[in-house]
Amino acid sequence: MESRELPGAAHRLSVEDVTVSFGGIRALDRVSVEVSTGEVLGVIGPNGAGKTTLFNVICGFVAPDAGTLSWRGKTLHRIRPHRLSSLGIARTLQGVGLFGRMTVLENVMVGAQHFRRAGIASAMVALPRSDKDERDLRDRALATLAELDCAGIADRLPGTLPFAVQKRVALARALVAEPELLLLDEPAGGLGADELTELRGVIERIGREIAVMVVEHHMDLVMSVCDRVVVLDFGRVIAAGDPAAIKSDPRVLEAYLGREAEGPEALTAAEAGNAGRP
Amino acid sequence: MTKFIDLTLSGISDGAIYAAVALALVLIWRATRIVNFAQGAMLMITTFIAYAVIGAGASYVVGFLAALLSGLALGAVTERVLIRRVEHAPPLNAVIVTLGLYTVLVAVAGMIWGNTPKSFPAAFSLRGYTVGGTTLLFTPNDTFIVLVVIAVALGLAAMFRFTSLGLQMRAAAFAPEVARLLGVRVGRMFTVGWALAAVAGAIAGVLVAPSVFLGPNSFDPILIGGFVAAVLGGLDSPPGAVIGGLLLGLALSYVSGYEGSALVPLAALAILVLVLMIRPSGLFSAAQERRV
Repeated sequence: MESRELPGAAHRLSVEDVTVSFGGIRALDRVSVEVSTGEVLGVIGPNGAGKTTLFNVICGFVAPDAGTLSWRGKTLHRIRPHRLSSLGIARTLQGVGLFGRMTVLENVMVGAQHFRRAGIASAMVALPRSDKDERDLRDRALATLAELDCAGIADRLPGTLPFAVQKRVALARALVAEPELLLLDEPAGGLGADELTELRGVIERIGREIAVMVVEHHMDLVMSVCDRVVVLDFGRVIAAGDPAAIKSDPRVLEAYLGREAEGPEALTAAEAGNAGRP
Repeated sequence: MTKFIDLTLSGISDGAIYAAVALALVLIWRATRIVNFAQGAMLMITTFIAYAVIGAGASYVVGFLAALLSGLALGAVTERVLIRRVEHAPPLNAVIVTLGLYTVLVAVAGMIWGNTPKSFPAAFSLRGYTVGGTTLLFTPNDTFIVLVVIAVALGLAAMFRFTSLGLQMRAAAFAPEVARLLGVRVGRMFTVGWALAAVAGAIAGVLVAPSVFLGPNSFDPILIGGFVAAVLGGLDSPPGAVIGGLLLGLALSYVSGYEGSALVPLAALAILVLVLMIRPSGLFSAAQERRV
């Protein structure tokens, strides 16, 4: 983990009163969340609650109709997705989203592009500086793959690997950029029990060094790795707090079950049904 | 037997040209999923620019470089100014835009340089090699053509495979949104793709100009050949485009030599139809990935 030492200052992402409408539907309604360095924030909620929309706003794929975002003390006005990695923000996607015709190593190298110093022109004529960049990117990518126990598959194509391994590669591709804020969109989707334990370890490790936001259906994972949890329902934040408080919050249980709940077990049962979905 | 060798050699030379044009089409298809019907007109313009530069007293090499540079600029400007506006529109819009560009470029060339075909200098001698008393249809200039196209193909392959620019271009072509999220400037990659394509086209134009003469419409058959070659190769694969170009060049050369040159356009279209019927994804395309 030496390659991702703390950059010194703690950073904070603040989402304030963000509203997003698609046609007549309020996907997000005055949503405010915060996450800081050294913290893992879980975002949960029933399907369609606006979790992925929230990520899309932070990544600049969706422009909010109202509200502000600030990161590292600066207000982010118009976020352009390609600027994210240089802002220190990385995101993984639902599923894996790997480039199918590129090797694992190449996939991860794409994630490290913002370390490149040479411009397009010199890359085209393969100037020495560009050449050095190339080796540097490759080394970074290999180091990150090694951290996630994927060094042995660097030359494989993603399609030839088990799903769980592909997800690890996707995580490596996000981490290679050395982000200070990592957005994980359903990292546990499609994983088995052993792989979940591994993922939990990875998130805990990353979460000590940078800020992490996790959208996840898998309640056990959320409850064990997150320092705080925000619950969205119909685009609104209906609860926020530490995992234990969220687990027993009647509003949360109601959002998941649609009625008065009988106890904490009920939530786990509801999520068990949800988690099987990829 | 001599005839067969002759036809094979000239097929390879023609095929190299088709390969270069096919490469141009494939580069653009990969980058922006657009078939560039203006490719023939674009390479006609850059060849005219080379013609003008050489006519002004510059050497062949300078003329060649002028074609390359003007291709680079023309490709980049076309993407930036025209194509960028229709990239998210239905595919037909882009088709109409490239057809419109074709018409404009042909008209502009006619206005500037007139419609009478002009002769264009060749880099090397157009007299065939003599082997054991017989003169082959293959000339030193054909050798030059084949070598240049091989160099272009290998150069492009190396760029896509080994440089971070190539990596980003592949990422941008495969999944633009994901690439953008990872910090790739997708729009810029599209511009570079068009610029490189126009350079490949410009090279093809200068190479083939001595044998077809230079006029506003003289490259249309070359574009058709390039298109068939690109489809043969699967539209998506640069190596496929090169192999497709060579196969087409050989096939058309045999048709022309054994059956008569009048059948060549028909044969090209027949090959296109056959490939589309039997293997629509092209002969060399890998397992088909559909965009969702």
